[in-house]
Amino acid sequence: MALSQGWVKRYFKAFCKGFFVAVPVAVTFLDRVACVARVEGASMQPSLNPGGSQSSDVVLLNHWKVRNFEVQRGDIVSLVFENILSKSVACELIHVTGTQDVAEQTSIFVVGVEGKEIRLGHRIFYIEPAFSFRVEG
Amino acid sequence: MLRGVLGKTFRLVGYTIQYGCIAHCAFEYVGGVVMCSGPSMEPTIQNSDIVFAENLSRHFYGIQRGDIVIAKSPSDPKSNICKRVIGLEGDKILSNSPSGFFKSHSYVPTGHVWLEGDNLQNSTDSRYYGPVPYGLIRGRIFFKIWPLSDFGFLRDRPNGHRFSDD
Repeated sequence: MALSQGWVKRYFKAFCKGFFVAVPVAVTFLDRVACVARVEGASMQPSLNPGGSQSSDVVLLNHWKVRNFEVQRGDIVSLVFENILSKSVACELIHVTGTQDVAEQTSIFVVGVEGKEIRLGHRIFYIEPAFSFRVEG
Repeated sequence: MLRGVLGKTFRLVGYTIQYGCIAHCAFEYVGGVVMCSGPSMEPTIQNSDIVFAENLSRHFYGIQRGDIVIAKSPSDPKSNICKRVIGLEGDKILSNSPSGFFKSHSYVPTGHVWLEGDNLQNSTDSRYYGPVPYGLIRGRIFFKIWPLSDFGFLRDRPNGHRFSDD
């Protein structure tokens, strides 16, 4: 009985030690360096998902590159849209060409390039008037 | 000799990475201590006050009207702002024109909140840059630590109600 208790205690200690090392490091890595996401939907064709509903592209989201919020026109970014009432998170990969309201969209870029919560392709939200995005090209 | 030094260095680097990641997760997902600067939240929060902010209600969508929140600044993504939530999405916001004669109203769009500082005369808030996307909110301030004379939970909004629910 004492032997099994000692074994359980050692197992528990080893588990906690591994847990508190692995989980924060992994979470920090996925938040700050890079993570993987799947693209759904046809709005980014033919750049992404050219095969339509048959196959979904898998992309790497590079958080490290945008840690200073340097985004260029033509970059493909992922955005976060959060909604209190419906509690849904939807993201859309967009391709922004040089439109005159890029300056008004700056705050949305800031949110989006952090790239968290990537469940893509649920809905497309157009928030009037200054935050509607046009997909071109 | 060299192996000993190298081993110690690697151990130090390992502990630094581990505790740095734990600190990042704690500040990102649980909460942390924040120092506020600026006059825009007087008298509730003075300049150089130290407060405690929690991030759990932001992740669980528990932000309500009247909460003081920390958000990323819409005009400068590298700095944070500290304001009170006046309206949630769908709320009608009444705005007073300088003459006080024409009162116009607007609705807070989906996925946005309306933030205002308690010091209305000296605050750059949603009256200036419009409704703020909910995704920019980082956390909710609910407890003041410093100065000790003002230690405790934060007061309710000092200004009257300036919105109506739909």
